[in-house]
Amino acid sequence: MHNNKYLQEEIIRISGVNPSKCMRCGKCSATCPAYDEMEYHPHQFVNMVECGDIEPLLNSKSLYKCLSCFACIDRCPRGVEPAKVVEAVRLTAIRKQGANHMTADDIPAIIEEDTPQQLLVSAFRKYTK
Amino acid sequence: MKVSYFPGCTLKNKAKDLDMYAYKSAEALGVTLEEIENWQCCGGVFTTANDEVATKLSSVRALKYAGEKEQPLVTVCSACHNVIKQTNYAMQTNSQFADKVNRYMAADGTYNGETQVYHYLEMLRDLVGFDTLKEKVVNTLKGKKIAAYYGCLLLRPNSVMRMDDPENPTIMEDFIRALGADAVVYAKRNECCGGYISVESPESAKRNSNAIIENAKAAGAEMIITACPLCKYNLVKNGADIPVVYFTELLAEALGVKEDTNA
Amino acid sequence: MQRVGVFVCWCGSNIAGTVDVEAVSEALKSEPGVVFSTNYQYMCSQAGQDMIKQAVKEHNLTGIVVCSCSPRMHEATFRKTAAAAGLNPYMVEIANIREQCSWVHKDMLTGTEKAIILGKAAIAKVNLNAPLIPGESPVTKRALVIGGGIAGIQTALDIADAGFPVDIVEKKPTIGGKMAQLDKTFPTLDCAACILTPKMVDVAQNEKIRIFSYSEVTEVSGFVGNFEVTIKKNARYVKEDICTGCGACVEKCPMKRIPNEFNLGMDNRPAIYIPFAQAVPKVATIDPNACNMLKNGKCGVCSKVCAAGAIDYTQKDEYINEKYGAIVVATGFNPISMDKFDEFAYNQSKDVITSLEFERLTNAAGPSAGKLLRPSDGKHPHTIVFVQCVGSRCESCAEKGKEYCSKICCMYTAKHAMLTRDKYPDTEVYVFYIDVRTPGKNFDEFYRRAVEEYGVKYIKGMVGKVVPEGDKLKVQASDLIANKQLHIDADLVVLAAAIEPDKSARPLATMLTASMDTNDFFTEAHPKLRPVESPTAGVFLSGACQGPKDIPETVSQAGAAASKVIGLLAKDKLTGNPCVANSNELMCNGCSSCANVCPYGAITYEDKEFRMPDRTTKIRRVASVNPAVCQGCGACTVACPSGAMDLKGFANLQIMAEVDAICK
Repeated sequence: MHNNKYLQEEIIRISGVNPSKCMRCGKCSATCPAYDEMEYHPHQFVNMVECGDIEPLLNSKSLYKCLSCFACIDRCPRGVEPAKVVEAVRLTAIRKQGANHMTADDIPAIIEEDTPQQLLVSAFRKYTK
Repeated sequence: MKVSYFPGCTLKNKAKDLDMYAYKSAEALGVTLEEIENWQCCGGVFTTANDEVATKLSSVRALKYAGEKEQPLVTVCSACHNVIKQTNYAMQTNSQFADKVNRYMAADGTYNGETQVYHYLEMLRDLVGFDTLKEKVVNTLKGKKIAAYYGCLLLRPNSVMRMDDPENPTIMEDFIRALGADAVVYAKRNECCGGYISVESPESAKRNSNAIIENAKAAGAEMIITACPLCKYNLVKNGADIPVVYFTELLAEALGVKEDTNA
Repeated sequence: MQRVGVFVCWCGSNIAGTVDVEAVSEALKSEPGVVFSTNYQYMCSQAGQDMIKQAVKEHNLTGIVVCSCSPRMHEATFRKTAAAAGLNPYMVEIANIREQCSWVHKDMLTGTEKAIILGKAAIAKVNLNAPLIPGESPVTKRALVIGGGIAGIQTALDIADAGFPVDIVEKKPTIGGKMAQLDKTFPTLDCAACILTPKMVDVAQNEKIRIFSYSEVTEVSGFVGNFEVTIKKNARYVKEDICTGCGACVEKCPMKRIPNEFNLGMDNRPAIYIPFAQAVPKVATIDPNACNMLKNGKCGVCSKVCAAGAIDYTQKDEYINEKYGAIVVATGFNPISMDKFDEFAYNQSKDVITSLEFERLTNAAGPSAGKLLRPSDGKHPHTIVFVQCVGSRCESCAEKGKEYCSKICCMYTAKHAMLTRDKYPDTEVYVFYIDVRTPGKNFDEFYRRAVEEYGVKYIKGMVGKVVPEGDKLKVQASDLIANKQLHIDADLVVLAAAIEPDKSARPLATMLTASMDTNDFFTEAHPKLRPVESPTAGVFLSGACQGPKDIPETVSQAGAAASKVIGLLAKDKLTGNPCVANSNELMCNGCSSCANVCPYGAITYEDKEFRMPDRTTKIRRVASVNPAVCQGCGACTVACPSGAMDLKGFANLQIMAEVDAICK
C-alpha cells in the first residue's frame, strides 16, 4: 500500500470529511444501493482515504457508480459523510486534463425520445469537468 | 400570496405536466407562482465539494432574485429543490464559500442565504395548509390507493433539507390523504431509483427501480406519485406496471383544474 | 504578621523533573512573613509530615505553604499534619506546582519560574488567613430512596438492615423496575423474577421500610442530614390498606383495551389493573384516563365486585412531608425511542421490536405466554436478525442517538440469541455487531458459547435498511469480514436500543441541586474515588441513573451507596465546611442578587433592626447565609454588587493578594 499524503490531504480538504471519525460499523456499505456495482465500497473509500491509499480509488470505476443519494450520509452514526469522500475522489480524478468520464460525443448514443434533460445535466455534472 | 418560482430545465421540456399543473393548482389555491426571470439550470445535482463555486452560482442567482422581491423561493422538481436548498445552506453556514461566491457576483451585491426555500409540497403543508387544501378538493380521490415515492433528493441530507423525518416521512402521505385518497406506506419510498446512473449502468437503475415498484405494489399501491422527472423516467423506463404520475397532476385532478389545462 | 513555613515537594521526579525545587525553596525564603523554607522528596510521606511538624515547633510557625500536587489530592493530609502540630488546619495553603506546573511545562526554566510565582501567591494568601472553625449540624436518621427498581430495592434493604428507617418513592404502581420485565439474566441465565421477587417481598415485609408507590418527589429543601421532602402520593382510587389484591375488579372491569405498559403495549389491560402477579404492593390502581366512572360517572363495576370495599372514586392526591438525613437517587433508565431510526422500520412493522419487547415476548408472563411468536401474525419466526448499537455510539452531529456505549446490549443480545437457539433450534439467528464488548466475569465465555455451542451467526457489520414486504422483513446489511452486502429475509428484527436516563431524572436533579452530565446521567463526586456520591452532600447515586449498568454492577453500586448512607446516618452530628459565604450586614442592601445565583438555596433574607448614626433605628432587609447549606462555591460573592458577600478562607482580599503576588 502506498501512502500518498498529498492526495490524502487534498481529498480531506475538498470533502470536508474527517475519516478518522469512522468507527468501522459498515452501515454506509449496508445502506448503499450501488454496492454491487462497486469494486470499492463506501466504507472502503473512507478507510483508504484514512490510510492515504488513494491511487486505487482514483483508477476505480466505483467512482462513477455512486448515486449521490446521500443515504450513507444520513445513516452514518458517526457523521462521517462517505458520499462526500467519493465525490472528492471523483473530482480529483476528472479534474485532470482529458480525464472526463463522459463527453458530449457520448450523448447521441444515450439519448432517446423520453430522456429527461435532468438525466443528461446530472450525469454531465458528475462525470465531466 | 405571491411566491418566486424556479421551474428548472426539465419542467420546460420533458416534464411540462409537472410545471403546468403546479401553476394551475397553485392558482386554485390562491397562490401566484412568479417565475424567476432568466433563471438558469441548477445543474441537476449538488456538488458537495467545498471548492466548487461556479456550479452553484445559478442557484445563488435564483435565491438572490427571490430575496430581492422578499418572497420565498418555491421549487417543484426534487433535484432543483435539493441543489438550491443545499446551496442556500452552504451560503448560510460556510462563510469562506459565501465570500467566494459573493466575489464572483460582486456587481450584483452580496447574498448570505436569507431567502426561505420551500418545496411545493412544503408550500402546501406550511403556507397553504393541508386542511385548507382538503377544503378546496372538488374531485375527491376516495378509494384510490396511492403510494408516494420520495426518492433520495427530497429528504436527504436531512441536516440541510429539514423537510420531514428522512426515514419515515409523512408529507406526501398527508398530501395524498388531503386529496381524499388512501396513502400506501412502504419502506422503499425513500430509496434511490438510480438517478443519473442509468447512463452509466442501466442495469443498476433497473434493479433499484424494480425493487421500489415491487415494494410499493406489495403494500397495495395502484399508483405511484413523484416530484422528480428523473424518478418518473427511471420507474417508467424500468417496467412500472402501475401508473407513475407527478404529484401536481394528481393535485390538479383533485382541485378540478386538470381539464382546464388540457383544453 | 504570620510566621510562614514553606515546604517544596519533589514528588519524586514528578515535580523535580521540570522544576528546580532547590531554587524554588531558596527564592521563597525572602517572601514577606517566611521564616523557614525547605524542600523534600515526598512531602506527603510520614517523614515529610514529620518535617513539617518539627518546623512548626522549632520556628513557631503560624502558617504553612506546601508547594506540591493539587489540593484535591493532599490538602486534607497537610491540614491534618498542621492540626497535629497544634495549628488551625485552615492556616495551610497549597501551591499546585504539579498538575498546573511541572506536568504542563517541558523546560526547567519556565517550570521553575512559574512554581516560584505560584508559591508567592500562596504565601501572600496565607499571610491573610485566619483560623476557621467548622460548624456542626444534627442528622435526621432516616433515608429516602427515589426509585424502586433493583437499585433502589437493594439500597433500601441494606440501609434498613443496618437499622435505619428508609422510604422508597416509586412512580409506578409497583416496585420492581426494569428487572421485573426481564426474562432471564446473563451470564448465568437465572430467571429475573425468581431472584427479584423475593427481594421485593423482603422490602414489603421489612418494618424499617415504607413504600410510597404511584408517588413522586415534588419538593426538596434543606441540606445534608436535614432534608425536607414533599412526596406526592397520586390518587390510585383504591384504598391501599384495604385492597387485598384479589383481582376480582381487574377481571370484571369492562374497559379492557388499554395498552399494557408492563408488556410495552404488546397486549392490553383493563382500566383497573395490577401490573403483574408479584407486584408490591399488590393492590389495584385505576387509570384515570381510561376509567369510565372517573371520566363520566358511568360504570362503578369494580366498586360493586370489591368484597373488601377498597374502591374510592373520590380519592385525592395526597402530599406527605418527611425529613431525611440522606437521599439516594435510583431513577434508572429507559430504552430510547426508535422514532428517529426508521431505516429499521420500527414504526412500519410490528415485527421489528426492541430488545426489551423481546424480553416480554419470551417471558412466561408476557403477551404470548413465553412462546416466541411474531407480534404481527402469531407465527413462529424462523429467521431472526438482531441489530446491535441502535442509537448507541452515535456522534453528536449525527443528530440522533447517544454518544456513549449502552454497555448492556452486547450481553443481553448474546443471551437472546442463545436462548432462541436453545429453545427453537430450527431458527436461524443473526447478530450484527460493530464490536462485541464483554468485559465482565464470565461474560466473554458466555458470548463465545452463543457462537460455538449454539451456532448463533455473528456478523461484523451493521444493518442499513429493513424493508417490510409481504410477510418478510428484507434486511440489507454489510458483512465487513466477507466484504459483501447481505440480503436476509427475516421474520423478526430485534433492535438493541440505546438506553437513556429516566425522564424524571432532570427535574429531580434540579430539586436536589445535584449535577448531571450532558446526557442527563447524574455526575458522581469523583469518577474513580467517590463513584456513588453526588457532588451535593447527602445525595447518593445508585444504579443506571449514574451511567449504563447491568444488574451485578447495579447491585454492587446499590450496596456501596447504602454503606455511604449508613456512614452518614450513624453520625450524631455533621461537621460542616467552614469555608462558607458570609454577608456583611452593614454593607448588604437586600437586593437578592446573591440568593438568585445560589445553587444550593443557602441564602435567605431577614428584616433586621439597625441603629442609625442619628440614634434612630431602622428595619432593613439583609441576606443571611445558612452555613450548613452553603457549599462555598463563591457565586454569591461575585454577584453581590455592594461587596457585602465574602467567602471565608477565600475572601476577596486574599484573592486580590494572590493576584497581586502573581503580577508583581
